[in-house]
Formats: sequence, C-alpha cells, structure tokens
Amino acid sequence: MSVALDNRGLPIAQAPAVDVANNKRPPMLRNNALMDAIFKNLTRFFAFLVFSLLAAILVSLVIGSTASLEKYGVRFLFNENWDPVKEDFGALVPIFGTLVTSGIALGIAIPVSFGIALFLTELSPPWLRRPLGTAIEMLAAVPSIIYGMWGLFIFAPLFQEYAQPIMAKTLGNVPLLKVFFSGPPMGIGMLAAGIILAVMVIPFITAVMRDVFELVPPMLKESAYGLGSTTWEVVWRVVLPYTKVGVIGGIMLGLGRALGETMAVTFVIGNAHQLSASLFAPGNSIASALANEFTEAVGDLYTSALVELGLILFLITTIVLALSKLLLMQLAKGEGERT
Amino acid sequence: MNLSESNPLFRRRRRMNAVMMGISTAALAFGLFWLFWILAVLLYEGANALRPSLFLQMTPPPGSDGGLANALFGSVMMAGVGTLIGTPVGILAGTYLAEYGQRGWLAPATRFINDVLLSAPSIVIGLFVYSIYVAQLKHFSGWAGALALAIIVVPVVVRTTDDMLKLVPNSLREAAAALGAPAWKVITMVCYRAARAGIVTGVLLAIARVAGETAPLLFTALNNQFWSADMNKPMANLPVVIFQFAMSPYEDWHRLAWGGATLITLFVLGINIAARSLFSRK
Repeated sequence: MSVALDNRGLPIAQAPAVDVANNKRPPMLRNNALMDAIFKNLTRFFAFLVFSLLAAILVSLVIGSTASLEKYGVRFLFNENWDPVKEDFGALVPIFGTLVTSGIALGIAIPVSFGIALFLTELSPPWLRRPLGTAIEMLAAVPSIIYGMWGLFIFAPLFQEYAQPIMAKTLGNVPLLKVFFSGPPMGIGMLAAGIILAVMVIPFITAVMRDVFELVPPMLKESAYGLGSTTWEVVWRVVLPYTKVGVIGGIMLGLGRALGETMAVTFVIGNAHQLSASLFAPGNSIASALANEFTEAVGDLYTSALVELGLILFLITTIVLALSKLLLMQLAKGEGERT
Repeated sequence: MNLSESNPLFRRRRRMNAVMMGISTAALAFGLFWLFWILAVLLYEGANALRPSLFLQMTPPPGSDGGLANALFGSVMMAGVGTLIGTPVGILAGTYLAEYGQRGWLAPATRFINDVLLSAPSIVIGLFVYSIYVAQLKHFSGWAGALALAIIVVPVVVRTTDDMLKLVPNSLREAAAALGAPAWKVITMVCYRAARAGIVTGVLLAIARVAGETAPLLFTALNNQFWSADMNKPMANLPVVIFQFAMSPYEDWHRLAWGGATLITLFVLGINIAARSLFSRK
C-alpha cells in the first residue's frame, strides 16, 4: 500500500515521460486533431448545404404550386387560357413563347459562336486573342436589364422601321415561311426577344467551344495540315468531329441560359398572352410572365399557378443544364482515356 | 494528276476555305458590333443623366427631377450583405470539394449540382426566397433581397474556389504536412494563400454578377420610393428602379433609368476587367 501511495505522488513530476509512454499527445497536438475535425466537418456542412439547395428549391416550388397542381393537373400544360378573373390558368402560351424565343436565339447563336470560336482558336494572331476573347466575354457580363432597356428603346424601334419591313417583303412572300413573318411590324415581339437572347448566349456557347477546341491534340490537327488540308477542312473534318460532344454540351448550356433569361425578354417580348405563329407578334415567356405578374397576383390560385410556371421553368432548365454538364464530362473523360 | 494551282479541285477547296474564314471573321465582327453598340448607347444616354443630383437626390415621383440615391444605397447594402453571406459559404463548400472530396459521393454530386445552380434562372431563386422568407414573414424586405443575392453568389464562389485550390501544387501541401502542420493549417495557411488571387477573382466576379441582378429582387426586396436604411423593410435598389422607370411613360424617369443603367454597366464591366487583370498577373 505504501508503495502505491508513493507512486501516487510520482506522476506529477514524471508526467511528460508517462504521457509519451502511453502514447498520449501533448495538448497542442490534441487541439490540432480537434481543429482538423471541426474544420473538415464545417466545410462538409457547407458543401452539403450547396448540395441540398437544388432539392430545397424544387420542394419549395412544388409546395408553392400545390393548389394549382391539384386543380389543373396535367391540363395546365396544354391550356392556352390565362384568365385571372375566371381563375382559368394554363401554361401553353408562356411555354410556347419560352421555347420559340430560345429556339430563335440558338438558331442565330450557334453559327455565330462557332465562327467566333474558330476565329479565336485558328485565325486570330496570338496577341489579339486575349483582348478579343475578353471583349466577347464582356457580352456575358452586361446585366440582362441593360439588354432589355437597350432592346426596348434603341433596338426595337430600328428593328421595326428597317428590318421587319424587309423581312415581310422577302421572307414573308416565301410560301412556307409566310406565316412566321406576317402581321404588322411592331418592333417588340418574339423575334426581337429571340435576337437579343442570341446576343446574350453567344458568349457562353463561344466560351465552351473555345475550351473544347483547345482540347484537340495538336498532333491530330498537324497531321491533317500535313496531308494538305485547308484550315476550314481541319476544323470541319477533324476538330469538330473530335469535340462534337463538347460542342453539343456548350449549346445546351446556351439553351439553359436562354430559357431562364428574364429581364431582357420581359422588356421586348411584348407580354401579350396570345398564341401566334407569326414571330412578329408579341408573346410571353415563363420568366417574363413571372416578372410581370407575380407581385400583383391576387388570390392563392393565381400565385400558385405562377409558382407552377416557375416550377416548369426550373425543371426544364435543370434537365437541359444537367445534360450539358454530362456531355462535357463525357468529353473530359474520353480525353483522359485517349491520352 | 494535276498538282498545280490550276487544278479545279484545288481552287475550289481554296475558295471554300477563304469563304469560311471570311464568315468566321464576320461572326466575330457581329459579336463585337453588339457590344460596342450597347456601350455607345449607354455612354451617349448616360452622359445626359450622370450629374451630381443622381447620387444626392431620392427617386422622384413622375414629372419631377430627382436622383437615385436611395436605390444606389439599397443596391450597395443588399449586394454587400449578399456577398458577405455568400462568400464564406462558397469558400468553405469549395474547400471541401477540392481538399476533402477525393473520396465519397458528396463532392462529385455537389460539384454537379453547383454547376447546374450556376446557370439556374435567377428568377426562380427569387421565387424560392419569396416562398421560404417573404411568404413566411408576410412582408418584403432588404434581408430577403440580400439572401436571394447570396444564393446567386454561392455557386460562383464555390466553382472558383474549387478550381483554384485544385491548381495549388500538391508538393506545397506535402511540404507543409512534412513540417508537422495539421490539415486545417495546411489549407488555411498554405493553400488559401497560394490560391488567394484566384479566390478573390471569384468573389469579384460574384459581386459583378449580383450587382446587375434584377429578377430575384422583384419578389424579395420589392422597391421603395424613399430613403430607407432598414433592411427589414422593402428596399429600393438600382435594377428594379431601372426596370420600373424604363417601363414607365415619363421622360424624366427614362433619363434616370439610363443614368442608372450606365452606372451599373460601368461598374460591372470595371470589376470584370479588374478581376481578369488580377488573375492574369498571378
């Protein structure tokens, strides 16, 4: 017993040695282990927060549109009425407007972006690449409300006075295209919105195309040049087939952007709730209907119908953007396998 | 076989090439044309509107002169608070993706979702904040606007932080670890410092992005015709004021809207160019 008592006093003096023998760490190292755990879990928590954001948005939109979902069901998608007084709502017109304007935008933006990417990767002298590339990227930096204002006050009147009469005279007389270019030229309308959207998505598609064009191994291109191909043949027969998947990914990214663009479209689309084959006619897109009507919506059903529009828009853009991302990932993966 | 320049096939291919290269150059000119047109219009219209009263007076009722002081203040407050909330969240989440995300499902899944959020329509973010915040408290407020902007800031910062941390050479981490530094110190004291310019670039780009965002503020901050520093009330902000004034039939309001539009664009383009030069100097 006396030995034990003696021993009981000893550890105070011998503490460091005993700790080392028991493999215990000094306090500072213990704090570090704790800090490591805290820091790691903190970052993991915020990563999880970002991860759950998409689902949270989806759930909140579904909850917000319950009333409308229950009342109209699938019919909502195919109903062309939008009558707040009779509370008869359908999404056909805004969905149509969104798809048509985005379609026009892509029709213009794809060839233009391809041309710009081609110029910047193959033709431009190296010292011009950076300033020109930056200038094109600046098109993406200009806020969408600026596009809208400029479109409404500057572009639409000129478009109405000069471009639309010419289109009506030429394209308006072609038998099959007639319906698309009929009606009075008003400046604002679906065609104007589509053109402005095109300018807005050009920088996004161009950026992806440039990136993927630069992924092409120089050896492939040089082999083609060595066989005597012209620049155009190299781009069209070597670069484009090699980067096909990435180019489609870039186009999908542009589509995702165009579908959800709000302010620019709201200014120039005309906000008329009507279905018309003529591209000169004013229309409505999902985003512009939301921007115009949401704060003024009276009654639960009206609000709910608008939230359902938002839900449809979110679902479409999420699917399009996810596809775009998958395609780009596939290209990057193939790149790893080939090298 | 005729290999000289007179070979028609040779000439046709050459011609095709020249035409396509011409079209490509024209496409570039087409893209630049819009940029310069918009900038020229803004500078022309803005020159009429940019005067001291723009910064000193409140938004006027129709038909009288005024400025955008309350809207500028509201925009700065909401973009500022939004960035302050969104930046740390984004940097920490991005840190997880780059530093801890080698194994497990969370990092790749988050990276995927973050890229979708990066391009998600901002008006839907506005709807989201409306339903989780504004509809619950039953009033529009500056805080709601700041929250919506924060949600837009986060994906931008996550993406750049992730990318920039991945560029930090592993030898730096190994050297620090070999000196006995624990992981959290390696990340905060070595990796963050090495990636600082890139992360700051991301934050600047995020600020530039939210400075001009209009759609998410429509349903959250709404607007306010008067000076209000209370973030708990509807708050004036530049983009929504521009929207409202530009859509109105009044000449005075149009002039103010052009002034605001010019301010925002110069600010956003300025930040973008600053961010690029900051990153390229690195």
